[in-house]
Amino acid sequence: MATKKICLFLPKSEMEKPVIYHLVKDYDLVINIFRAKITAEEEGYLVIDVNGTEENIEKAMEYMRDSNVILNETNRGLQRDPDKCVHCGNCLSHCPTKALHIEDQRTRKIEFKEDLCIECLACVRNCPFGACYSIF
Amino acid sequence: MKNHTVFPHSMKTYEEINKKIEARKAVVLTADEIIDYVEKKGLDAAAKEVDVVTTATFGPMCSSGCFINFGHSKPKIRMSEAWIEDVLVYTGIAAVDAYLGATQLRHNDPANMYYPGDFTYGGGHVIEELVAGKKLQLFALSYGTDEYPLRELRTYFTINDLNQVIMVNPRNCYQNYNVAINCSERPIYTYLGYLKPGMKNLTYCSAGQLSPLLNDPFYETIGIGTKVWLAGAQGHVYGEGTQHCPNVERGENGVPMEGGGTLALTANMKEMIPGYVRGVSLKGYGISLALGIGIPIPVLNPDILKRTTVWDRDIYAPVIDYSLDYPQRNSHIVCRMSYEELKKNEVIINNKVVEVSSLSSYSKALEIAEIVKDDIKKGDFLLSKPIKRLPVEQGINSLVVRKKN
Ligand code: SF4
Ligand code: SF4
Repeated sequence: MATKKICLFLPKSEMEKPVIYHLVKDYDLVINIFRAKITAEEEGYLVIDVNGTEENIEKAMEYMRDSNVILNETNRGLQRDPDKCVHCGNCLSHCPTKALHIEDQRTRKIEFKEDLCIECLACVRNCPFGACYSIF
Repeated sequence: MKNHTVFPHSMKTYEEINKKIEARKAVVLTADEIIDYVEKKGLDAAAKEVDVVTTATFGPMCSSGCFINFGHSKPKIRMSEAWIEDVLVYTGIAAVDAYLGATQLRHNDPANMYYPGDFTYGGGHVIEELVAGKKLQLFALSYGTDEYPLRELRTYFTINDLNQVIMVNPRNCYQNYNVAINCSERPIYTYLGYLKPGMKNLTYCSAGQLSPLLNDPFYETIGIGTKVWLAGAQGHVYGEGTQHCPNVERGENGVPMEGGGTLALTANMKEMIPGYVRGVSLKGYGISLALGIGIPIPVLNPDILKRTTVWDRDIYAPVIDYSLDYPQRNSHIVCRMSYEELKKNEVIINNKVVEVSSLSSYSKALEIAEIVKDDIKKGDFLLSKPIKRLPVEQGINSLVVRKKN
């Protein structure tokens, strides 16, 4: 069994399709939704965890690629711009999962462990340098 | 504190150290490296060997800004009001001179009308964009005079079009700083970030053992005229910073356990490096400017060297309740904490786990200390002897709100 975080973009043409239903029904995946949004243009964004066999996850990804769903390569809706981050550490006490954390105590650089991010966006609200942002 | 009024005796002189720098033979270490080095070599041997220790800091410094001269338009204007990217600049000086302040909000920013305000763009960001070479809009108004007839002007410019852009910061490099916590039951938004209710998190803001004035607690080498690395430009200390207050509680090592001294700095903004001049948006509070600053300390004698070996364990900061004691100017402090403790992910206060945030970037400070070290080693950065010492005995006044009579 494996878990994979994926970030989907559903263009207007795909909005009517029950994508999540197919992931569950056809590929036997357990879905955990972090964040979802439908824009005024009737486009959808979705950040989810899928849990299932590796084979089924791969097949599900193929199914989505074959339709017009756009899989964001970074697999996450929350991004940190490395050029804007100054490693101040203001986000540290706001990130609930320690996705943003310090590894090397000497340099005190703020590292971002993507797998731990639950897309709560607390860092977006608390980054004074505009380094953390959501792609939607 | 020790009542030094003259400069310290020296074993080495500025001239000798500068000669070694020019010959590219100076021995330079960062304030981070010097701790282990002195431990290993012994103080006296290290004092003979090492010529310079580099210190640095990177963090928001609200009392910053720059003087700008735009040059004259045809026909000429005597600007009475002006905005860069809709951010008001002060024009109560000569015709096309202006001062752009770091905390100025953008015109029409709703501020805290819809609390907490976002403050996404202001003076600090204009300064960042100027240094980054962006094209910016200038809009100016005037009442018109015989020799300055133009009454309105809109144009676009970059930093290269300006005659002078001189950063003039009345207060930078606070020697030490408060740690902010929230003891109340409501969330608060401060210049030290968002503080959760019930003491769930705190924020500190100092480079600790790397910070310039913590390595020279009695202002023996950092004084008026000292050359500094201000965001990549070689500038200098032009005076004591505002609120400079050496008369504070100090540890046995002489290091202030609260604010203490400050520096007024200036440098040519055309020589600055973009990444070290950054606009800051603080939700619910406003705009600021984060600056990278490096200051070399000449090792004139073993005492001076000893003070640069101060480490986070021996530097304490006061934890203050920003929901009540800070705004009400009460003298109460929650506790004192060393920077060693603060650099852990969480601390314990009154049997409660408190998560730690920081607004000062140690990683950037380290980077700057290394850059200044390399510049000195390459012979590109000479030291300057201060022309005057910063006040070593001085308190601070509060504003008395009194009736007129
Ligand atoms: S608060 Fe922003 S700039 Fe500071 S370390 Fe976190 S992401 Fe980087
Ligand atoms: S979105 Fe939330 S979990 Fe993810 S990095 Fe930001 S604060 Fe941490």
